[in-house]
Amino acid sequence: MLVTAYEQVLKRKIKVYEEWFVTSLIVEKGKVEGVVALSILTGELEAFRAKAVILATGGAGWTYAKSTNSMINTGGGMAIAYRAGIALKDMEFVQFHPTALYPTCVLITEGARGEGGYLVNSQGERFMQRYAPKALELAPRDVVSRSIQKEIDEGRGVKSAYVHLDLRHLGKEKILSRLPGIRDIALDFAGVDPIKDPIPVQPAQHYTMGGVDCNAKCETFIRGLYAAGECACVSVHGANRLGGNSLLETLVFGKIAGEQAGVYAKNTSSNGNEENFQQALKSEQDHIKHFFEGSGDEDPSLLREEMRNVMVDKVFLFRTKQQLVEAFEKVRELKKRFNRLRAIESYRICNLDLIRAIELEDMLALSEVIVASALNREESRGSHVRLDFPNRDDSHFLKHTLAYRTMDMPRIEYSEVKIIKFQPEERKY
Amino acid sequence: MKSIGKVNLRIQRFDSKTDSAPHYDTFEVVTKPGMTVLDALFQVLEKNDRLLAFRYSCRSAVCGSCAMIINGHPRLACNTQISTLSSPIIVGPLPHLPVVRDLMVDLHPFFQKTESIEPYFQSREPYPEKEFIQMPKDRAAIDSAIDCIECGACFSSCPLTWTDPKYPGPAALLRAYRFIADTRDTAKVQRLRAVGCEDGLWRCHTVFNCADACPKAINPTYFIQQLKRGATKVSMGIK
Repeated sequence: MLVTAYEQVLKRKIKVYEEWFVTSLIVEKGKVEGVVALSILTGELEAFRAKAVILATGGAGWTYAKSTNSMINTGGGMAIAYRAGIALKDMEFVQFHPTALYPTCVLITEGARGEGGYLVNSQGERFMQRYAPKALELAPRDVVSRSIQKEIDEGRGVKSAYVHLDLRHLGKEKILSRLPGIRDIALDFAGVDPIKDPIPVQPAQHYTMGGVDCNAKCETFIRGLYAAGECACVSVHGANRLGGNSLLETLVFGKIAGEQAGVYAKNTSSNGNEENFQQALKSEQDHIKHFFEGSGDEDPSLLREEMRNVMVDKVFLFRTKQQLVEAFEKVRELKKRFNRLRAIESYRICNLDLIRAIELEDMLALSEVIVASALNREESRGSHVRLDFPNRDDSHFLKHTLAYRTMDMPRIEYSEVKIIKFQPEERKY
Repeated sequence: MKSIGKVNLRIQRFDSKTDSAPHYDTFEVVTKPGMTVLDALFQVLEKNDRLLAFRYSCRSAVCGSCAMIINGHPRLACNTQISTLSSPIIVGPLPHLPVVRDLMVDLHPFFQKTESIEPYFQSREPYPEKEFIQMPKDRAAIDSAIDCIECGACFSSCPLTWTDPKYPGPAALLRAYRFIADTRDTAKVQRLRAVGCEDGLWRCHTVFNCADACPKAINPTYFIQQLKRGATKVSMGIK
């Protein structure tokens, strides 16, 4: 899909600004006028005029220490929209994939179980029999993820860290013909040949169901600003995405966002004033200068690691008020410590130290939103499981969370859920 | 898997703006089971040298961002296990491409070649009402070619791309094959004519460096030979 999109870009001779990192939106009177972006290759910061802007930056997987996402999925698009005053919707709904390779979290596709793979604990037991007697390994992702985590938490994990995905009974031929990619991944990233040995797997963050609040036309509250794909929250997934539906989010809503933005851009004039542009640019220049002039002693890589670990330790598959409060305090502490960052290297060309510091600042804001949203939702729904509130509570929580940025902590509001056809029901497997 | 240990990483350093020649820096890296070269580069970035420059994205061998020379061979840093390499591990940028900084090369010369073969689906109208149908056996002919992740490893290791600036190189020709052999594309003859020239297909001297370099185990040389056969038939008017 990515390749096809790239081919179409070439065919239509669309200008691409490669390796530019957008740091903020330029907004005037509730209307988007452009973006400020940093060239990774030259280090220069520039303001781009744009009648319409579509955010398509993907999810925020790497707020967690365990994620199947690409390493660049640090939620930048969500963070810049949040800073521009747009709500982040339903961020507590985080999908965890049951089978990420241990320890690197490279994704082992559902197809491995689809073809008949078994999940086995340290005692050699096909434990899904206890959790979903009919569906077994083919139960929905969230059910399988929680089952694996429970096995690990209750001491039946292998080396207290993972379980086994056993494909051996499928035979060499089937593995080679139906799952060659999985075999390559297991060999390259874990040194395990699934023909001879079971694959070590663990649950890991996989998809950000929440995101930039937008409607079914991908419009946000800022005119001319659209969001599509994983960074957006049209809310097609509700509290729990079904496998394959990320394609829906990219293909269907990518098209809608493109069409909407095209029509909007045609019918609007760019009248953003120059002064506002210069100010937006200056503000980002100052922000980066501030990084270069940091005089503190906090190491960003340590803060990043602490953030990612607390998200896995306390905001993972099973959540409780106590753990979420602790996580919230920890993220707040990390944000304070971020203000005492050591000086970031002021080199211009290909400065990973700077890019990663900007990403970390964004991820700290997003982590705070995820934790605050999870703490406020005192029920269990879809991917969000509260051990202290094990049931779904439609009378209080059949609603979307909206998190707005304030000078202090996120302000949580709620909006109505539009139910068109299917009423929420309890799921049984 | 080796347990925790140490390994030396010798990294080629160069800044196109300030340096006249590259040099090497050696860093001691603490290894752990399952560690890849990309993990080791991150460790250097975080613990030793914040100015180290390299590309990364998917860390699972599908994006092609981290192609580099590791112990003399073009590899992806993300799927190369430290435990499979001898110490010191010597890491450098892809050769025969301008180095921007350290392990980051300017890939424009490579992508321009891809663009030159018009790598997009072409079909005569009228289009079918729904999708273009393709049978699994027809798809099998292009399966391997579609696996290309455009990392540039083959392009930078082909001696013909080094010496003939007009030669599209293995990846671009492989992509041309991907369309020529696709039963749904109708520009087969034009495509074969476009690449069937002296600086095109016939520049391939079957060195097989591309096949050796490919991190996805594709053999572009084989497909280029298929194209030569097709181009010959076209030039002789044989269908």
